[in-house]
Amino acid sequence: MTSSTVKSPATSAYWAGLRDGSPFVLMAVPFATLFGVVATDAGLTVAQAMGFTVLVIAGAAQFAAVQMMMEDAGIAFVLLAALAVNLRMAMYSASLVPYLGAAPLWQRALVAYLNFDQTYITSVARYEARPDMRVQDRVAYFLGVATPITPLWFIMTLVGIMVGSAIPEAWALDFIVPIMFLAMVSPMLKSLAHVAAAAVSVSVALALVDLPSGTGLLVAAAAAMVTGAIVETWIERRKA
Amino acid sequence: MTYSTGQIWLIIAVLGAGTFLIRFSFLGLIGDRPMPPLVLKLLRFTPVAVLPGMVAPLVLWPAATGGVPDPARMIAAIVTVAVGIRTRSAIWGIAAGIGTLYLALWVFAIR
Repeated sequence: MTSSTVKSPATSAYWAGLRDGSPFVLMAVPFATLFGVVATDAGLTVAQAMGFTVLVIAGAAQFAAVQMMMEDAGIAFVLLAALAVNLRMAMYSASLVPYLGAAPLWQRALVAYLNFDQTYITSVARYEARPDMRVQDRVAYFLGVATPITPLWFIMTLVGIMVGSAIPEAWALDFIVPIMFLAMVSPMLKSLAHVAAAAVSVSVALALVDLPSGTGLLVAAAAAMVTGAIVETWIERRKA
Repeated sequence: MTYSTGQIWLIIAVLGAGTFLIRFSFLGLIGDRPMPPLVLKLLRFTPVAVLPGMVAPLVLWPAATGGVPDPARMIAAIVTVAVGIRTRSAIWGIAAGIGTLYLALWVFAIR
């Protein structure tokens, strides 16, 4: 696709995002359905389960919160655990600033609401590959990626609440999430610095896996970012 | 579950607001102001710093097998990464990974 043949870049960026976001339907459908089932089993009303899905819109945190509520954990613990699971998104938010910081406030707020793993990684991969994208095209692309995922996330939660039966175990749906995340991140391993960062992320996360609510992951991510920056600096110095 | 209706809605409302504030934080507050080069350098590694660590325990100790390492899932993970790196495409990685997963699960099941 060359820019000279494209009449409206923002529209085409939106459609490109829509195309790149559509594989995640495979992930959104079963997990939203599962959340509907789990939330209903836990004793939430239809409105409460839908409230979770629409207001929180973060799969892992939603499951973590409902799991703790089933165990009658203190409200403060439920909140802390689920918010800790979501803290990685503060890193996502910061890493979007160089790309989307110039967008109007309402667009940044909309992107923030829709900023979850799939939309974030897919969009950043595109922004990195095409540094000359305009800010409005970047916003359009992000919204395009969110378009096939978000409405289905809501609708399928409702279906799960209504149908109320889980998905057969033989489908091995637990592993669709790791495959999707690995497939998203491996094309981004484009330098020694990126590979080193990923290796540190894996090692530290595995070593700290027993820490509660994804706090080990935050330490692992911080260590990995520092590693990536150090290796990159080191390579630049050797070249110079 | 023994929470009152009000308590459940309190949890949902605080989680919703808190999650939004986490996602909005830097994007909302910094906006168009320039960030220090070192910070920008660190942030460029965010995807490769977060996702591998998030996935690694799921690959090694899948919940579906009660935390016992599962060769089918491990092979699928390796194929996904290899195809993702080789083709530089998430779609091909997903297709190859899911295909390998079901093939390997089937092979290990009939053995």
